[in-house]
Amino acid sequence: MGERYPGYDVLNKRHTPSWNEQTRKVVDERLAIDPERYTFCTEDEWLTLKAVCSRIVPQPGRRRLQAPLAAMIDRKLQEGVGDGYREARLPPADEAWRRGLRAFDAEANARHGCVFHLLLDAERDALLAAVQQGAAHDPAWGDMPPALFFAKRLLHDIVGAYYSHPVAWNEIGFGGPASPRGYVRLALDRRDPWEAAEAHSGEEEAARRDNARVG
Amino acid sequence: MSDDAALTLRATGGRAPDVFRPGGWVPMREYRDDEAVDFVIVGTGAGGGTLACKLAEHGFSVVALDAGPYWRPLEDFASDEAHQAKLYWSDERIVDGDNPLQLGSNNSGRSVGGSTVHFAMVSLRFRPEWFKARTKLGYGADWPVDWREIWTYYREVEQALKISGPINYPWGPHRPRYPYRAHELNGPALVLARGAEALGIDWSPTPIATLSAPRGLAHPCVYRGMCVIGCSTNAKQSVLVTWLPRALATGAEIRDLAMVGRIEHDAAGRATGVAYHRAGRWRFQRARNVVVAGYAIETPRLLLNSATDRFPDGLANSSGLVGRNLTVQSNQAVWGIVQEEVRPYKGPPSLALTEHWNYTDTGKDFFGGYCYMSQGLLPMVAGGLQAKRGLWGQRLLDAMENYNHQVGLKIVGECLPQERNCVTLSDERDALGLRIPRVTYSYCDNDKRLIAHALVFMRRALAAAGGRDIWDETDDTAHMHGTARMGDDSATSVVNGDCRSWDIPNLWICDGSVFPTVGGVNPSLTIQALACRTADRIKALAARGEL
Repeated sequence: MGERYPGYDVLNKRHTPSWNEQTRKVVDERLAIDPERYTFCTEDEWLTLKAVCSRIVPQPGRRRLQAPLAAMIDRKLQEGVGDGYREARLPPADEAWRRGLRAFDAEANARHGCVFHLLLDAERDALLAAVQQGAAHDPAWGDMPPALFFAKRLLHDIVGAYYSHPVAWNEIGFGGPASPRGYVRLALDRRDPWEAAEAHSGEEEAARRDNARVG
Repeated sequence: MSDDAALTLRATGGRAPDVFRPGGWVPMREYRDDEAVDFVIVGTGAGGGTLACKLAEHGFSVVALDAGPYWRPLEDFASDEAHQAKLYWSDERIVDGDNPLQLGSNNSGRSVGGSTVHFAMVSLRFRPEWFKARTKLGYGADWPVDWREIWTYYREVEQALKISGPINYPWGPHRPRYPYRAHELNGPALVLARGAEALGIDWSPTPIATLSAPRGLAHPCVYRGMCVIGCSTNAKQSVLVTWLPRALATGAEIRDLAMVGRIEHDAAGRATGVAYHRAGRWRFQRARNVVVAGYAIETPRLLLNSATDRFPDGLANSSGLVGRNLTVQSNQAVWGIVQEEVRPYKGPPSLALTEHWNYTDTGKDFFGGYCYMSQGLLPMVAGGLQAKRGLWGQRLLDAMENYNHQVGLKIVGECLPQERNCVTLSDERDALGLRIPRVTYSYCDNDKRLIAHALVFMRRALAAAGGRDIWDETDDTAHMHGTARMGDDSATSVVNGDCRSWDIPNLWICDGSVFPTVGGVNPSLTIQALACRTADRIKALAARGEL
């Protein structure tokens, strides 16, 4: 399948009335995250985290800009800002992640004789699916239920990080920041000129032209 | 840009932020810690903020404390979901039970103005019979107040917030037209209307607390769609921009970044004030009356954390019901995609609703009711929804490509009060050394039947509106109530109809904690109406020398 919103780049709106200074500042900080910088993870944990992220959200390699998911997770854990709640059966976020990442390596070692990041994509996916279904029993998990960690911690954190990033907004045609201008056309099938144009079959070039003018 | 409100006191030195002007200030009266004020209020959300305003306007001296920052939305709020998580209560809480609650972004606010700073603004009245649910409908408990009185206060609150809504509301007794006209419907709302009409039930534009016309220095809503991460234009009529400016103008003091850890009492068992942490040290504000308005988790937490030899089970807890009967609302949804572009990020998320199943008592195999609303959503929430379905990898990306065609119908459903659902204290402590709450929740069979009924009905409605690939979101909840319930009997309730503690006569509770039952509508309008009533009752009691 081709791109749904060909040529749409929400960052082209950066200097329009849809963005204000506050928003530019916080989005710029996100865009400036070094994808290879980590402070919370150990080196082994980092390699595993990157490999996990690459399969939870397989970003097209052709994209110039990629969401640095592993670095975003590492940063959040380093900052220690929580979600405001945690399931009683899970340890705090930092401990849950460390234990989970080590458990992925332990599971990979048990099944394939090497750590997680050295697995093939298909092997990684199979292991992720096994953990999601609770079919993982390595002692490295301790008393943390693997399926619960997968649903409430791993997916929650990685998917949340991805959809906070402008590359994801482009992919799904989200209008992005909208203060102070907001939107005018609210009805179904109505698009403001500063919104992404969707490609309809056979009319991709028209959408591309419209998206080049978004601003 | 000025200082960071999350780190720096703003309401201090005789002034407080002017929420209507970047960098602006308004004068604020201040009281000394050792000066016994008439009322110290813990929390400035829908309950505490409203009460602070009304009590100050009645001539009482008021100090209102909030753990959160004092934002100026025009300069402090970015158009960004991740950044705006700063509005949520992010301190650790432990959740368990059969259906552990999602907290954080769900419900709890940590701001001056409380969670109204990020609420969805849905402003609905309770159905009259709900105030006597036990007597008239056969479930739950009766409220010790009369519905007609609350409906009078609804009108006061609707005027104070300039609620926009329809001229004629389809359900319940006649009500006056809403102060401001209804908003234009957005994509999800139009889909809800189409489904309701196909099934032959009424629907309505949602009465909502965002401006549809200018008001003072605030502009009308620009349909930016980021209501639940904080309105950066002040169209949202939160407590922060409505009741609190009035409170300051009439002499109340508001203290930001002030976390209350304990209520103290004297040898006679009367409250003497509150110990609070601000600017790096513990302080004590003396007061003739203490009002707890921290919402259904922090309110019981504070009462339980204030236990003494005289009150070993916590304050106001002779009934044993402080922290019990935690009652949420079911918040399940059906989601699907439609042929048209919906663009669910535009406009307030819930611009249309139906209360059909709140006002229809036949054809149900459960007690209680529910409304359902159209539901828009932002990308992080949309991604989280797909993650909750268990989607990842290419399946996740494929599902999310339909984001602009996605539409939801979401209930606010009445859960029944159960004593086993509760807020208790964990052995873990927070950074200030206060024991953190453990929040236990399990649906009962009635709750499950209501949810099942709603999901089946909404699936029909969404399909009739042209929805396809429909899926259920089965595990969301909204709002919290009941952990300090009001009643007519001190053995079975924590406060009386005036929201006054049975045990400690100068201790009051003013938030969703006092709801004995929760109905099938969002609670903020009722919390504010109760706060207005409580203020009037306090004024009347004071005039009779009964405070």
